[in-house]
Amino acid sequence: MSVASQDTAIRTGRAVRVLIYLVLVLFSLFYLLPLYVMVVNSVKPLDEITGGGMMNLPQVFTIEPWLKAWSSAQIGVEPTGLSPYFWNSIKMVVPAVAISTVLGALNGYVLTKWRFKYDTILFGLMLFACFIPFQIVLIPMARMLGLMGLAGTTSGLVLVHVVYGIGFTTLYFRNYYAVFPTELIRAAQIDGAGFFQIFWRILLPSSGPIAVVSVIWQFTNIWNDFLFGASFAGADSQPMTVALNNLVQASHGVKEYNVHFAGAILAALPTLLVYIVAGRYFVRGLMAGSVKG
Amino acid sequence: MAMQANADFKTRLQTLLPKLVLSPSLALMLVFVYGFILFSVYLSFTDSRLLPSYGWVGFENYSKLWRLSHWETSLINMAVFASLYITICTFLGLGLAIFLDQKIRAEGMLRTIYLYPMALSFIVTGTAWKWFLDPGIGLENVMQSWGWTSFEFDWIKNRDFAIYTVVLAAVWQTSGFVMAMFLAGLRGIDNEILKAAQMDGASNWNLYRRIIIPQLRPAFLSAFVILSHLAIKTFDLVIALTGGGPGRATELPATFMYSYTFSRNQMGIGAASATIMLMTIAAIMIPYLYAELREKK
Amino acid sequence: MGFLDIDNTTKSYGSTEVLHKVDISVEEGEFLVLVGPSGCGKSTLLNMIAGLEEITSGEIRIKDEVMNGVHPSKRNIAMVFQSYALYPNMTVGKNITFGLEMHGTPKDERDKAMNDVAKLLQIEQLLDRKPGALSGGQRQRVAMGRALVRDPDVFLFDEPLSNLDAKLRVDMRTEIKKLHHKLGTTIVYVTHDQIEAMTLSTRIAVMNGGYVQQLGTPQEIYDTPANIFVATFMGSPAMNVVPAKVSVENGVPMARVALHDGSLTSLPFSQANMAEWDGKEILLGIRPETITDEDAADRKSGNIAHMTNRIVVTEPAGSDTFVTMTMGGRDVIARMRSDANVSPGIDFMFAVNMEKAVAFDPETEVRIAP
Repeated sequence: MSVASQDTAIRTGRAVRVLIYLVLVLFSLFYLLPLYVMVVNSVKPLDEITGGGMMNLPQVFTIEPWLKAWSSAQIGVEPTGLSPYFWNSIKMVVPAVAISTVLGALNGYVLTKWRFKYDTILFGLMLFACFIPFQIVLIPMARMLGLMGLAGTTSGLVLVHVVYGIGFTTLYFRNYYAVFPTELIRAAQIDGAGFFQIFWRILLPSSGPIAVVSVIWQFTNIWNDFLFGASFAGADSQPMTVALNNLVQASHGVKEYNVHFAGAILAALPTLLVYIVAGRYFVRGLMAGSVKG
Repeated sequence: MAMQANADFKTRLQTLLPKLVLSPSLALMLVFVYGFILFSVYLSFTDSRLLPSYGWVGFENYSKLWRLSHWETSLINMAVFASLYITICTFLGLGLAIFLDQKIRAEGMLRTIYLYPMALSFIVTGTAWKWFLDPGIGLENVMQSWGWTSFEFDWIKNRDFAIYTVVLAAVWQTSGFVMAMFLAGLRGIDNEILKAAQMDGASNWNLYRRIIIPQLRPAFLSAFVILSHLAIKTFDLVIALTGGGPGRATELPATFMYSYTFSRNQMGIGAASATIMLMTIAAIMIPYLYAELREKK
Repeated sequence: MGFLDIDNTTKSYGSTEVLHKVDISVEEGEFLVLVGPSGCGKSTLLNMIAGLEEITSGEIRIKDEVMNGVHPSKRNIAMVFQSYALYPNMTVGKNITFGLEMHGTPKDERDKAMNDVAKLLQIEQLLDRKPGALSGGQRQRVAMGRALVRDPDVFLFDEPLSNLDAKLRVDMRTEIKKLHHKLGTTIVYVTHDQIEAMTLSTRIAVMNGGYVQQLGTPQEIYDTPANIFVATFMGSPAMNVVPAKVSVENGVPMARVALHDGSLTSLPFSQANMAEWDGKEILLGIRPETITDEDAADRKSGNIAHMTNRIVVTEPAGSDTFVTMTMGGRDVIARMRSDANVSPGIDFMFAVNMEKAVAFDPETEVRIAP
């Protein structure tokens, strides 16, 4: 898909190959199992699940759980379903992804093509910020959002995700621009292009692949975030993950497993879609970003 | 003359622009990352409870923390979880990568299947595994309804085994990613070396053991660093899968910090535990980043 | 004052000086080649002329205007890069006119200039293609077109031929030389290839270790190298340098050189002043093509010496045969005609054109004669 398949020099016998395929298929079943469980149980009535039929295909097919999860399930105190939280997540993710990607691109450009003293140290500081346990910033962040009047708002969450996403986007763009020939920048300088002209006319047109990687990475991370959402969101800005957790953990009433599964798929759908549609770039980016540091 | 001065100004602006462009990100980072870290570390030496307070108490929070059995439990759980999680992910990832590297027909599809869990939220993963492993409706119930009435699988409800269900779900989520890292490493090995080794009469087993796997050192290192930092940061998965229970059987430092800070109003102790988490990650990450960035110079 | 003046210019990174007091004055229409091994500072100097690297001290002037601190685009220079540095996202036409666009030239003038240049370089049919679709030679032409279209005061070339294969390199070399003749532009050209330097330049600056070792015409550099570095760097195969002792016999200074068996032969100098070195050790430099067989010896030379030495290896190379022997304990190469009757192991009488021999001080390695 992404890694160029190369002609491996290793030869294997027939029996060994059968074994290899067997193992590979068994593990693909392992990876698919939870998805299967979620999908089949989200379209069957509750009694089919509680009656020991979790692994069976639905006898009665129903989309009721999906509708309920989307629009009428009890989340916290309100029977609103997950839909308002879905839109909360969208409103948070889109600006956060856009801003962090633009900043990452500019940072990567400066850090590779306009190098200055101590730039590697600065980049190291940014990179380390990607890996800190976010518990260390929770308390001051809550205070800061309060001081800025952003406590419990979507804007506050956007700020948080931008701040802690810059390190990764900068890493991606820096690694990508590092192998972009510096002579091109010099040629453009001699041609009279300025800082932003070079970025806009020379670098950006060639940045498609890495921009896709950055967008997918940020989208996935921010959409899937739970810690910041649970810590900083207000009642009307909670993201999808927090709402899903509230739905599943609700201690009152009957546990509607089919609704839970439908809700889980709803929460997973955007990132899964992105992964399936643009997965090629995603994988390539993960590899470039992680193996090369 | 005026033209000259103008040109000079423009030139100087051009040399200043890069730093201007970088500065907002730097400012954000210095305040929101390093400033906040300092603030949290400072709080860990104060008598903060529900709200930050600035009464200096020295190492009292730390000594209290280390006397808490709750903290001890979460550390033991972390040790069990991290060692199993890292080991299993590494070996599973390496194994799958080696198998996938044998000119497999449906490689693209298999790789997609192995990797898709990475795209999911831990909350989704937790929910799926929570109900699948639930003895009431999940695997145990299914097996019994299929006629294996003596089948028992209640790990998720069992204090002694619950932590292994967290390992299982976490491995499920990230092992595909580790596989991708190793696969990239395998594909980066020079084929001529392999051919030379075969000329030397190395068997497949020896080829992997003596030639290929030693060359994957960078991939092993990256995998270890990434997995260990993910392990220490594990939070959402536990919340969704077990909520830290049963009892405190799956409590980890991250969940400990969260509950002490936000539900038990022991902010000082929460900050102290966060500081310890940070230092653990720093001990792993800083040498790694240092080496990586030095190489690139 | 020249057209381009490099005046006492130095470059330091931190406390390490990488370029020491360079002083070169280039006249209008000159083709100056900076040549030297990698790391000698030649590219740094070129980048300083271009304004891509700051000048630590000294001055660079173009048409008597000080360029220190002036932005590259304001120096009226153009540069051809080693990798060509063509913008991958733009067509060839856009690549060529980008500089004009940045300088605010109107569209119709840009198009006219582009067409003129494309015609000159015979790349008209490529104007709508992207650089990725071009061959190495075509990219090279486009890169030159991009430089030419600006009609700059000075052209800078940074090893422009090093990415081409051997045949194309020779063709493009001729092409560049033709262009220079036709347009009469001032060129500063960096290369590590001494043949390029010899063939293209009107003057050469040989650089090593951040110093300009010698500045002169190709002939001066070749015939009277300033020191052993220049002598051995310029010319292929390199000049033979062997230890010798000077002794004056019958009023003529001789170089006494050990042959393969340790016996000494006497090679007379053409320069009487070598008598001052009587009894001292020197290093004797002999170009391979000045050691031949008797028949091929230069008739115009007034000083052909003879010596009989044992042949170690012969390497036929088509037009010539290279013969290796031992002199003064070192390998010495002679360049013979391909039909010379030589084979390894035999003793052979060589003719040495001592008019072309060069002597160096063994301590300082500086040339003492001629």
